[in-house]
Amino acid sequence: MSGGTGISLESVDVWFGEGEERVDAVIDATISVPLGGSFGLVGESGSGKSTILRAITGLAPTWSGRISVLGNNLGKTREREFYRSVQMVFQDPYASLHPRQTVDHVLSEALYLHGFKKPDERIIKTLDDVGLGQYFRFRYPHQLSGGQRQRVAIARALIIEPSILLLDEPTSALDVSVQAEILNLLTDLRAEHNLTYLMVSHDLAVVGHMCSDVAVMNLGRIVEVLDVASMRALKADHPYTRQLLEASVQRRREV
Amino acid sequence: MSNLLEVENLTVKFPTRSGMFEAVRDISFSLGRERLGIVGESGSGKSITGRSILRLIRHPGILEAKRIALEGQDLLQLSEKQMRQVRGHRISMIMQDPKFSLNPVMRIGDQICEAYRLHAKASKTEAKRKTLAMLEAVLIRDPERVFRAYPHEMSGGMGQRIMIAMMLIPDPQILIADEPTSALDVTVQKEVLEIMDKLVSERGMGLIFISHDLNVVSAFCDRVLIMYSGRIVETCRADKLHEATHPYTKGLLASLPQLESPVDRLAVLERDEVWRAAKSVSGTITAESHK
Repeated sequence: MSGGTGISLESVDVWFGEGEERVDAVIDATISVPLGGSFGLVGESGSGKSTILRAITGLAPTWSGRISVLGNNLGKTREREFYRSVQMVFQDPYASLHPRQTVDHVLSEALYLHGFKKPDERIIKTLDDVGLGQYFRFRYPHQLSGGQRQRVAIARALIIEPSILLLDEPTSALDVSVQAEILNLLTDLRAEHNLTYLMVSHDLAVVGHMCSDVAVMNLGRIVEVLDVASMRALKADHPYTRQLLEASVQRRREV
Repeated sequence: MSNLLEVENLTVKFPTRSGMFEAVRDISFSLGRERLGIVGESGSGKSITGRSILRLIRHPGILEAKRIALEGQDLLQLSEKQMRQVRGHRISMIMQDPKFSLNPVMRIGDQICEAYRLHAKASKTEAKRKTLAMLEAVLIRDPERVFRAYPHEMSGGMGQRIMIAMMLIPDPQILIADEPTSALDVTVQKEVLEIMDKLVSERGMGLIFISHDLNVVSAFCDRVLIMYSGRIVETCRADKLHEATHPYTKGLLASLPQLESPVDRLAVLERDEVWRAAKSVSGTITAESHK
């Protein structure tokens, strides 16, 4: 489980548009996530945290620098093998599932694309893994609640047995009670399947709960990388990080 | 001091193929010159409650109540035309996402002026002067520029400040804010809340603050109603929210991850059928109990 690097980024820039229109979304980002580790990216909207995930998966093709996943440097295109090992869970389960495809369809498509045999067994097992059970197999997304949809999205990512999960605000569209269930599920799955997580969130408390190290982003730059212990002790060097920490602690007026 | 608003036995129903669905079930509460928070999960009926006050329940939804009284005047007895005089003018509402509540093809200044002139019958120059002053009041640094801008040129935090300016310019007595900061970042959220807090307390308005975020509500409001499946299950002082007694409120609080006190597993809310069946707690404060 330990040893080896899951994901590493070195001086990665990501931009959109060319010439006058060019927007630098990520500037000189360097992070390293150990295999089996759990790493968080926090920052405000527009700070470039989701863009890093998109650059890793190839959804943002204009980038420079070095990105390596499981020891392999990534080029401009991704092999199918890459997607076997890296999967992403998106923010909004209301938008990321096809409204006219059943759960079964969504999951079998992932299996078909990666040439898996015996889809039946696997679908049943994965649905059990994410706590849904077979009963949900032939439902459409509109017949599911937000939490159940996010479980389906996680199942779709997990069914092809990746070793790395990229989580883009996996619980921000959900109620707190449902958020707790999904976070527990993610914790359990990581322990069972030795997964590596790279998780984006704007909620420091969620990142603090899930991750062991955190990179704080502001205006496209990583301003600080700190471990969770110093985050809890509110020991941050960068003024922006302190501001974020204070904002999330102050909100609770404990009596 | 008397209550600004009194709601008695409010029920909102929607007919569905499988029978009547009761989104809000027989709730009563009152609002003084205070900040009243309504919290609950999605689907608990908190937004519908906010909309019912303005009688914004669309057909085929059915709104039933013994009384919804604004300073003693029963809103249920008013005609639709008279109701339009109440909406915006005496009670206004801020919605969740400024992106969907501003007109995308109209300059921000014109939208705010329009809101003002509809209710105040002021001249154009007067409206412009008022609008610029209002934009300044919500801490917008360059009001002249924002006045001429279109909504898409604004960030989420700016958009929400503009909404606050627009809703407060007719000087309403009650502001209903439906998840006003949920679409914003934490740091921006704080600023917007502070602006709203300042304006509401300066003008002595009543505020109904609807949110799913227990921390924000506990830090920002005076009193909280906790809703579960259409009913008020508990009411308490906002700063005492952490001492709440109802298992649902406790469960919600326990399921929040805390930065300072880490746990291995988060507590998961166990729902009890009894909560659904139990009668609503009254959120009314009678005139005598006001200090």
